[in-house]
Amino acid sequence: MKKEVLLGNEAIVQAALEAGVDFVSGYPGCPAAEVGDEFGKIAKDKGVYFEWSTNEKVALEAAIGASFSGLKTLVTMKNFGLNVCSEALLPLCYTGTNAPMVVVVGDDPSCWSSAQSEENSRGYAFIAHIPVLEPSDCQECHDFTKLAFEISEKFKLPVILRTTIRVAHQRAPVQFEEAGKKDLKTGNFIKNPHQYVTLPPRVLEMKRELLEKMEKIRAYAEKEKINFVEGGKSPFGAAQGKKIGIIASGVGYLHLMEAQKEMGLDLPVLKINLFYPSTQKTIANFIKKLNKVLVVEELDGYLEKEVNVIAKETNPKIKISGKDLLPEVGELNVEKVGLALAKLTGKKFTIMKAETPDIPRRYAKLCDGCPHFYTFSVIKKIAPENTIFGGDIGCYMIAGMPPHNIQDYEFCMGSSLGIAHGVRKSTNQKVIALIGDGTFFHSGIAGLINTVYNKSNPLIIILDNRITAMTGHQNNPGMGKNGMGEPAEELNIEEIVRACGVKNIKVLDPINVKELEDTVTDFLSKEEVSVIVCKRICALLARRQQNG
Amino acid sequence: MDKNNFNIIIAGAGGQGIVTLVDILANAAFIEGHDVKSSELHGLSQRGGTVLTYVRFGEKIFSPLFENGQADLIIGLDLLESLRQTIFSSKKTNIVANKYLMPFIGIIPEKEILDGLEKAQKNKLYLVPASEICQKELGKEVVSGIYLLGYAAYKNIIGLEPESILKAIGKVVPQKYLELNIRAFNLAKSA
Repeated sequence: MKKEVLLGNEAIVQAALEAGVDFVSGYPGCPAAEVGDEFGKIAKDKGVYFEWSTNEKVALEAAIGASFSGLKTLVTMKNFGLNVCSEALLPLCYTGTNAPMVVVVGDDPSCWSSAQSEENSRGYAFIAHIPVLEPSDCQECHDFTKLAFEISEKFKLPVILRTTIRVAHQRAPVQFEEAGKKDLKTGNFIKNPHQYVTLPPRVLEMKRELLEKMEKIRAYAEKEKINFVEGGKSPFGAAQGKKIGIIASGVGYLHLMEAQKEMGLDLPVLKINLFYPSTQKTIANFIKKLNKVLVVEELDGYLEKEVNVIAKETNPKIKISGKDLLPEVGELNVEKVGLALAKLTGKKFTIMKAETPDIPRRYAKLCDGCPHFYTFSVIKKIAPENTIFGGDIGCYMIAGMPPHNIQDYEFCMGSSLGIAHGVRKSTNQKVIALIGDGTFFHSGIAGLINTVYNKSNPLIIILDNRITAMTGHQNNPGMGKNGMGEPAEELNIEEIVRACGVKNIKVLDPINVKELEDTVTDFLSKEEVSVIVCKRICALLARRQQNG
Repeated sequence: MDKNNFNIIIAGAGGQGIVTLVDILANAAFIEGHDVKSSELHGLSQRGGTVLTYVRFGEKIFSPLFENGQADLIIGLDLLESLRQTIFSSKKTNIVANKYLMPFIGIIPEKEILDGLEKAQKNKLYLVPASEICQKELGKEVVSGIYLLGYAAYKNIIGLEPESILKAIGKVVPQKYLELNIRAFNLAKSA
């Protein structure tokens, strides 16, 4: 047994190795990227296959193939990746897995490192009927990863390990076993169309089987006490006569315990580790004798709603608090939970009144020498007034910040092209859509084909800086290197664009400003869609390569 | 402020190597037998934006975050970012700020920043020209954060022994930069 300080994401990797994972796939995104980064470094030594896939849907599908072939799999992504792969996730819950599969999903309450939405991935539990475990600290990242593999193995279903940024990017001591040596496993796909083909009428039978599995997992979780009650025994606790209890999940549990410590409280706490399927009996038993219960969970009040339903049967008079005292927007912290506890118990929670200095915001900016500087300045200068600038997901989102201020919409991976097409079809305005190389491979190509097929003519600029930069420099299909750093086919963006039917294509180095200016001017007057590939290596990567 | 916990804020701008400092302090606290938790930000916040990280250690740590006024020590790698995080300071808080400014459009004058820092913490404010010293003595400004850890450690205001932090540096920093980092740390001994 070893004990070391690990990042939450490192603890997940360590546990997956202990569980004997064979096959890991994913797509990088904050706060989950380090899971894949770490596997990229160690996979070959540890007898594990690792890939950065082109997107999360492909990553999950690859893992499905591996699981059906008997390999223990792990898939990693940030919250939005779950949207991308959801189309494969739902039928996977119907068919079930063969070898176990854990899906690591990182949420980002407060959107510290995310645009697009403050997504709560727990919601997918209800759509897909997939078990969801919620670690709160690094030790639980480790322990719950192993538990997730166990549950997956036992019930032949994928299991989501849902972290948040304060869990995935937390460092804390973790106790673990050093994983033993193993060889790269070769699986065997044993044909079983009855299980792996989701055609009707079998598909409805599969749904019934899935719902039955949920009941079995519920019963198993009750028996194994995966969700459990602690505290409430000291004189400060419910024994005070007020009969107040707390139900808490994720990092909210840590804030709760810290707030209790500061306030000298020891209320009984039902800690929810398995969010779904909900352990209804455990919850019913917990709330049965209480007068008040507070549900501490980040973002949407899913647990609170569940408690409300259970209380109707068990204890209709109980006062249930949750989102009335805690915000639905933004992450929780000790102060927010402490103030909610104060309202509930009448105990005081002292907050330091701090004078917030009035300080200008330090916007994220392009790095010194970044090739995007050239592209941004040129399009800003050349584009006629009222041109619409489409943004996408990557470092070039900074186009929307001062001093550039050229981003009129910004949605999700690949959407700059799809939306550009819609604007062009609906207006007489010029549209310039930006997209990076990684994002183009991830989900830009379908949008590009659509602009050609359905005849619109935005100017699309592919910012090919030769790497997936923003998420921490992961390799992508345009680099000639795979996720483990091995040589791979280098996909040529120009050839892909040409094959999609684009006639006006120019590949250039944006440092040649005059050439870029002339091309933008020329292409903006074209009747058909045009694409400029601004190809120049990320400045950080170039410096790193120079320094060896 | 909880007597049992020692709370540190490390702040600066993206790209200043703050995550490494967090890793070092978390390991140093662990080496001394404390419970420890930290929280850090990666991703877009690293592209030159404000970076705010937390390290706390003590007998039992639950939350990785703490609240306004609860810091025992604020280490700022940039003057303005130090000022921004003075919301975490109280009378007891030591502030160790790099006398270094990464300007940006809309920045306020240095004098205003220094006045703000002094207003927030008159007696326990250490303005340290870490970047300047590291550039002059080592030819590498990038280790100024390590210098500041050394400064706080040898001034005995970081709650950890210099030896533990040095051990943690040995664990966290890659071999080829190790000597440089140790030199930067020890350079602060004579400050």
